[in-house]
Amino acid sequence: MKHSTFFWFVLPSAFLMLLFIALPVASVVTQSLYTAHEQVLVTVENCGPFGCKPVTSIDQEATQALNADKPLGKWAGLDIYKDRNHLAFSEVASAWVNVDGLPDFGKTLLNLPFYKAMAFTLTYTFVVTPLTIIFGFFIAVAVNSVAKALKGPTIFLTLLPFIVTPLVGSLILFWMVDARGILGTGLQWLTNNPDLSVKASTPLMWIMLMVYGIWHAAPFAFVVFYAGLQTVNSESLEAAMIDGANRWERIRYVVIPHLFPLVTFVALIQLMDNFRVFEPIVSFSAQAHATSLSYAIFNDLGGETRLLSSAAATSVLTIIGIAILLSPVLIRTYRDFSKPS
Amino acid sequence: MANKATAQPLSVKFLATSFLMFWLVLAAFPFIWTLWGSFKVEGDFFSKANWANALFGGMTQTETGGSFTGDGYYGAFVEEEFWRAALNSFIVCFFVVTISLTFGTLGGYALSRSTHRYAFWFLLFALIFRAMPPITLVSGYLLPFYEYNLWGKLSTTIIVLVAINQPFTLWMLHAFFKNIPKDLDESAMVDGCTRFQAFRHVIIPVMWPGVITTGLFSFLLAYNDFAVTSMLLSKDNQTMVPKLASFLGTTQTKGNVMFAVAAVVSITAPLFVMVMVFQRQIVSGLTAGAVKG
Repeated sequence: MKHSTFFWFVLPSAFLMLLFIALPVASVVTQSLYTAHEQVLVTVENCGPFGCKPVTSIDQEATQALNADKPLGKWAGLDIYKDRNHLAFSEVASAWVNVDGLPDFGKTLLNLPFYKAMAFTLTYTFVVTPLTIIFGFFIAVAVNSVAKALKGPTIFLTLLPFIVTPLVGSLILFWMVDARGILGTGLQWLTNNPDLSVKASTPLMWIMLMVYGIWHAAPFAFVVFYAGLQTVNSESLEAAMIDGANRWERIRYVVIPHLFPLVTFVALIQLMDNFRVFEPIVSFSAQAHATSLSYAIFNDLGGETRLLSSAAATSVLTIIGIAILLSPVLIRTYRDFSKPS
Repeated sequence: MANKATAQPLSVKFLATSFLMFWLVLAAFPFIWTLWGSFKVEGDFFSKANWANALFGGMTQTETGGSFTGDGYYGAFVEEEFWRAALNSFIVCFFVVTISLTFGTLGGYALSRSTHRYAFWFLLFALIFRAMPPITLVSGYLLPFYEYNLWGKLSTTIIVLVAINQPFTLWMLHAFFKNIPKDLDESAMVDGCTRFQAFRHVIIPVMWPGVITTGLFSFLLAYNDFAVTSMLLSKDNQTMVPKLASFLGTTQTKGNVMFAVAAVVSITAPLFVMVMVFQRQIVSGLTAGAVKG
C-alpha cells in the first residue's frame, strides 16, 4: 500500500488517538509537575470601637485572578511524587530506619495511601488472573462435554457475568453479601457468627472483590478456551490413546499444549484489565479496606476540591506500572516482528 | 463426537456436569435474585428478620397490599428521571458505535494491507494505549475541557469514548480484514479501481460480519463505561451508569435503595437481549484475536 493512501486511511483514527490519548498523557505528565496555587492572603487593619487589629483573610479576587492566569498552578517539580500521598520518600526512609524487621516495615508502608493502593492492585491482578484462567479452562472443558442441544443456553448463561456492566455486576453481588442479603445471612449461618459482616472486615472485603473479579472475567477465559477446544486435533488425541496415554495424560500433553498460545493471550488481556480494577471498589464502597490505583485517581478527581496534580501524579505512576507489567509482552511482540520471516 | 478418544467415563461426566451446574447457578442466580427482588420493598430485599421474606414478600404485602410492587421503578424513572439517563445512554452508544466503526474500518483496513514497518509501530502503540486505564487519561482531560468550556457535554464524551475505543477497534478490525484475501481488492485495483474505490465496492460488501462483531464490543465499552462518563458529564447529561452511582450516594439516606435496584435491572435488561440475539457474534469476537494468535 502506498504511503499516502495509508496516511489518509488511518488519519481519522490517528488524529483522535493523538488528540485524546497521547496529548492527555503529555498533559497529565505536565500537570503532575505543578501544584495548586496557595490562596492569596491579605492583611488588613480591622478597626472597631475597641481599637485596631490586623486581620488576615483570603483575597478571593486575587486568588481567582491567579488561577485564571496560570491554571496549571505553580511549578513543583517532583515534589508531588515525593509527598505523603504518593511515593512518600521521607516517610519510607524514616520507617526504614525506625521499624524493627520487615513485617513491621510492610505494615508501615501499607498505611501510606499510594502503597496501600499498589498492594491491593497487585494482589488483585496476580490472584485474579491465574484463577480466572484455571476456572475458565474448567468451565470450557465441562461445557464441551455437554449435549449439543444444551450448549447454546449454557453459553448464554455463562456469558452473563462478563457482559454485564462492571459497576452493576459488582453491585448485585454486594447487595447479596450485605449482612441483610441472602449470601450475607448464609455466611452468618455457616460461620455461626451473627455479627459477621463483609463490609466491616478487610480480609473478607479483599476476598469478595477478588471473587467478583473471577466471576466477572471467567466467561472471557471460557470463551477463548472453548473455541480453542473445538480445534483440538482428534487424530492426535486418538494417536496419544493408542500410544497408551490415559485421560489425564491426553489433556496434559495434547490439549494443554494446543491451548497454550491462548493462555498467553488471555493472560495479557486480563493483566491489563485487572490492573485497572476500579468499579467494584466503588460499588462495594470498599475504600476503607481496599483501594486501587484507579480508585485513588478517581477519588482525587471527584469531591469538592479537585486535586488535579495529585491525580495526575498517581496517573503517571499507574502508567509506569502498567508499562513495567507489560514490558515482557511488548518486547516479545517486537522480537517476533523483527525476526526475518 | 462418538469416538473413543473423547468418550468419558461416567465418573468424569458426573464431575464435569456437577461443576457446570455449580457454575451456572453462580453465573445466573444473582441476576434472577435481583430481578425478583426489584419488585419488592426495601424491607424484603434486605430482610433482617427472615431471608425468605425476599422470596414471598411479607413486608411488601403489608406495605403495599400486593406481593409485587413497581414502586422502585416508578421512583427511579419518574421521580428521579432515570428515563433521561436512559435516553442519554442511547445517544452516546449510538454515536460512539457509528463513529468508532467508520474510523475503525478505514484504519483497520489500511493496517491490514500495509506491509511497511510503521504499520507495526502503529499497532504496537495502539496496544499500549489499550493497556492504559481510561481513568488515568481523564485527569488529563479535565483542565483543558474546563478551559475551552467543553466539559459536561454529551458530544465531548462521545468523542472521548470513540478515541478510547479506537485502539481496540483497530486491532479487532485489523484481524478481520487480514482474513479477507488480499487478491480480492488487488484484482479490483488491477481492473482500474483506486484503493478507495476497491475498499468501497469490494471490501465493504464482505466486511459486515466483522463490523457487526466489533460494533457489539464498541457498544459494550460505551454502555458499560463508568470512569469517563462519571467524570466528564454534567448532572443533566448523565448516562445510566453514573446516574446509578449517584443513586447510591443519595438514596441511602432517603431509604430508597430500591431505586438503585430498579436502575440495575433496567441497565441489565438491554444487555440480556443483546447477548440473546448476538451470542454467536460475541463468541466469535472474543476469540478473533486469540485463535489466530
